[in-house]
Amino acid sequence: MSNDLESLKSEMLAAVAAAGSTQALEAVRVGELGKKGRITGLMKELGGLDPQERKARGQALNALKDEVARALEARKADLAQDDLDARLAGEGVDITLPVRPEQTGCIHPISQTIDEAIAIFGEMGFTVAEGPDIEEDWYNFTALNIPPDHPARQEHDTFYLPDTGDGQRKVLRTHTSPVQIRTMQQTKPPIRIIVPGRTYRCDYDATHSPMFHQVEGLLVDQTTHMGHLKGCLIDFCRAFFDVDDLPVRFRPSYFPFTEPSAEVDIGCTREGGQFRIGHGDDWMEILGCGMVNPKVLENCGIDSSVYQGFAFGVGIERLAMLKFGIPDLRTFFESDLRWLRHYGFSPLQAPSMVGGLDR
Amino acid sequence: MKFSIGWLKEHLDTDAGLDRITETLTMVGLEVESVTDRAKGLEGFVTARVLEAKPHPDADRLRVCTVDTGTGEASGTTEVVCGAPNARAGMIGVFAAAGSYIPGTDITLKKTKIRGVTSNGMLLSEREMGLSDEHDGIIELAADTPIGVPAVEAMGLDDAVIDIAVTPNRGDCLGVRGIARDLAAAGLGVLKPLAAEPVPGTFESPVKVHLEFDGDTAGACPYFVGRAIRGVDNGESPRWLKDLLLAIGLRPISALVDITNFMTIGLNRPLHVFDADKVKGDLHVRLARPGEKLLALDGKEYDLDGEMCVIADDEHAEALGGVMGGEATGCTGETVNVFIESAYFDPIRTAATGRRLNLTSDARFRFERGIDPAFLVDGMEIATRLVRELCGGEPSELVIAGAEPPWKRDIDLRVDRVRALGGVDVPADEIKRILGQLGFTVEGDGGVLKTGVPSWRGDIVGEADLVEEVVRIHGYDRIPPVALERPTDLPVPALDFVQHRRTLARRALASRGLVEAVTLSFLAKAHARLFGGGADELCLVNPISSDLDAMRPSLLPNLIAAAGRNADRGIADSALFEVGPQYAGRDPGDQAMVAAGLRSGRDHRRCWSGPVRPVDVFDAKADALGVLAQVGAPVGKIQVTAQAPGWYHPGRSGSLTLGPKLVLAHFGEIHPGVQNRMDVKGAQGAPMAGFEVFIDRVPIPKGRKSAARPHLNLPSFHGVKRDFAFVVDQAVTAEAVLRAVRGADKSLIVDATVFDVFAGDALGPGRKSLAVNVVLQPVERTLTDAEIDAVADKVVAGVEKATGGVLRT
Repeated sequence: MSNDLESLKSEMLAAVAAAGSTQALEAVRVGELGKKGRITGLMKELGGLDPQERKARGQALNALKDEVARALEARKADLAQDDLDARLAGEGVDITLPVRPEQTGCIHPISQTIDEAIAIFGEMGFTVAEGPDIEEDWYNFTALNIPPDHPARQEHDTFYLPDTGDGQRKVLRTHTSPVQIRTMQQTKPPIRIIVPGRTYRCDYDATHSPMFHQVEGLLVDQTTHMGHLKGCLIDFCRAFFDVDDLPVRFRPSYFPFTEPSAEVDIGCTREGGQFRIGHGDDWMEILGCGMVNPKVLENCGIDSSVYQGFAFGVGIERLAMLKFGIPDLRTFFESDLRWLRHYGFSPLQAPSMVGGLDR
Repeated sequence: MKFSIGWLKEHLDTDAGLDRITETLTMVGLEVESVTDRAKGLEGFVTARVLEAKPHPDADRLRVCTVDTGTGEASGTTEVVCGAPNARAGMIGVFAAAGSYIPGTDITLKKTKIRGVTSNGMLLSEREMGLSDEHDGIIELAADTPIGVPAVEAMGLDDAVIDIAVTPNRGDCLGVRGIARDLAAAGLGVLKPLAAEPVPGTFESPVKVHLEFDGDTAGACPYFVGRAIRGVDNGESPRWLKDLLLAIGLRPISALVDITNFMTIGLNRPLHVFDADKVKGDLHVRLARPGEKLLALDGKEYDLDGEMCVIADDEHAEALGGVMGGEATGCTGETVNVFIESAYFDPIRTAATGRRLNLTSDARFRFERGIDPAFLVDGMEIATRLVRELCGGEPSELVIAGAEPPWKRDIDLRVDRVRALGGVDVPADEIKRILGQLGFTVEGDGGVLKTGVPSWRGDIVGEADLVEEVVRIHGYDRIPPVALERPTDLPVPALDFVQHRRTLARRALASRGLVEAVTLSFLAKAHARLFGGGADELCLVNPISSDLDAMRPSLLPNLIAAAGRNADRGIADSALFEVGPQYAGRDPGDQAMVAAGLRSGRDHRRCWSGPVRPVDVFDAKADALGVLAQVGAPVGKIQVTAQAPGWYHPGRSGSLTLGPKLVLAHFGEIHPGVQNRMDVKGAQGAPMAGFEVFIDRVPIPKGRKSAARPHLNLPSFHGVKRDFAFVVDQAVTAEAVLRAVRGADKSLIVDATVFDVFAGDALGPGRKSLAVNVVLQPVERTLTDAEIDAVADKVVAGVEKATGGVLRT
């Protein structure tokens, strides 16, 4: 390349580099590569040269043109980046501002506890059955081997609805056990159900609420015995409280609808004033159970010389209080939003055995 | 049921320690509720004799006592200053040395000078020992009490008291002997024999007993054993008997009364002792007469009715059978001649009587659980011997009315049932031993044992009861747990379709930002009435309070009240929901599962990013539709009507229906009048918007649902969007306009929605403009402008025809 082109190139590249804005850069481009630009002008002069000279000069000019064009492009990209950087620099916000409000709801611990119980017992082959809250005396008591004037009736603190003249005094069910009767009347064994639901007792103090929840269980077949009852409930307690070796104790007790009957305690400790479930020096009663009383089977038209099984009933609030550390039974039903949010669960946290009960 | 270890050992020969006894009690079904060790903290106090009690030189009411503390650790004599009026030379009291902690006053004693005289300790009152409130003087022990021994020993306090919960079937364990029998069977010792040899009577009782019932009521008191004892001296009981009673919290009264308590607690044999001189003529056991009254031993007068069993003399009722004696014929310190009653009263009638009179007693508690019908005579003989020992006197021959109610029954126990039902192998010999020690007769050697149930075990009626007896004594902890076998290899769903929908509704609403509440199924009748409920047949006979007396006809009132309470606590903006039952009637079919919710206040907390607005009917509508979509309702077929129940704002509420009859949901702003009458203010007049979705009414898809979705046909061409604005009368609904729009070309128009509503002077009064965005979806090829215009013309014509609306220009 001839010297004039060399110096021209330096001059041009310097102009490109010096362009401080896209407009200035465009002016440089027009001044060099435009129709009236310097390189264009030199190109036009090629016609006056002899062929040999023209070829060499042409090649040199083309090379110059390409190089300047490349420089222009590069500079253009740089300037665009600078422009973007400058714009973004002006677009900053205070990212410490709070986010736009989102509403997140939650699930009540009673519902969550019931779902957990269903997840565990469901894994053992139990399905969910239901019955009405307003129940006939016969289903709530008589069929369960609690005849009128039985002392156990008085201990139930039953809510009554008025006698409407049909001789039937309806009650609010005092336990979920009447659903055992309804199920056994309608279903042939084998039966394997759990019954979560509302129950009512006419009692209100620090440890009693007029309404509470139970999960009833009933299994009827030809071979299930107390060993199975123990296995089932020990497995439940250990899964529910997530303590693999949780001590579980069965004590003889009495319920009119089971024979033999038992109450179940789980191990706990109050060491250092802190209540904890697991190995310890103390026991906490959590449920009642037993082998279905043959009279109850017969009341439902099931042959007690062929069939037998077990039943159990667990207080849901009690399970929830123990597991989640909720101190006061009455607060469950007060609908205090602060309480509900504190003890509630994410709706996405649907319990299952494979997915985990709660994490 | 409280008893002391000492009392237990009257019946049980055992060397088991306290821990083993309590552990065994619980594991045979006699749950230990508490163990009180009364000696705790009192171990350091010793018996001491007051050798001399001189007046204090410098204080009138104080004495300076020289005390002999025997030969024990605190041996020797020492001086204490004492203010008790009964402090005197020769008495034996309880001495606390300086340095002892006094539980009744919470003070640690120091050697101190009282008005110049050194006091080295203290002679204690019962209150200072924490035993009672008695503080009139210091404790005086019997004259033969050894000196210098631990006071707890001398006072019979070194004896733990156990309180057990007795289940209603185990009336026999309301006597210490029954408890001892269970413990003996469980291997803790040997049940001591009970001495019940007859005491010969020396004369014929002047008081006769007549059971005066007709055939229907004879069961009220089928059997009565009585005996007169003349010439008794009803003084104080001896120390041993007082100590037994005091230990379990019973106050000693007089020897005769204490004997009845001793029989009740020890042998579960309630007795009543009449002062025979106050009984006029004979005793008549009968039902009370109308208007009859009884002044009972608790000092209260009771109005009796014809269902209650009384023991009367020739004139009037003197005792309530099985419940309580009467004041008029009760024993006093002056009583000389007595008549003792040992009777059997019907458990059901006794319970009913006590309930109706609201009268509880140790006797009632036992009779209503059934006492031993074969222990009337023996009980009488034991009591007679005690009366003679403690009070002297001369017993009459027995007076027996009626006969022992039949109680003997045999039950077969198949030995293999213990394994088949109880789940544990118990050898036949062990089965026989257990039953035998519990008092059963057992015959047979093969696979079937013939057992005779003892008279005190009315609760044993079938083979399962026998299995329980064997297994509970053998030990529930010895039953090996067996994991349940699932009927299928893999678990099947535990919830059916309808049950699962409730879970979906619950989690859907929580996902929408509402917080789940669980509220009571009842509420105040006045509030129930505002929501179409409150009928008498759905009001509780015995509510716990008048504001919780009616079954809820709707879930909304409880949620409204809850929102009000939260607003009162400063949380005015709330969003609550509940999925639960409501009650339209008393029958099972009247109970409906509802998902209801309530938003109140503003839609969200104020934020820099934009304005807040009060919640309104459309929040509720969105929630209702959201639930319905989640539970699988055919949302596209749902119709909206402007009708809703009266608890909603009449102009801002509606219902979602399928067809003309099936109402799936109500939604709307809550009627301000209802809010007022419930006295719920809400947030500065901000509305509440609620909904009720009747999730169980949503039709269940017919047949077995395939999981496969319909084939997805993605169109190859872009949809075309066109906006229209129609001017219509105010009364014309958006739904009507949209229906007309969609109907204009059902194949091309795939979507239409209102994106603006405007009313203003420019449109004229009573008019509004609805701006509608319409989406056309070409299927085979791109639409030409002419084709699009043609559809647009049909839309305009359709809307005009259906609603009178005109295109706004």
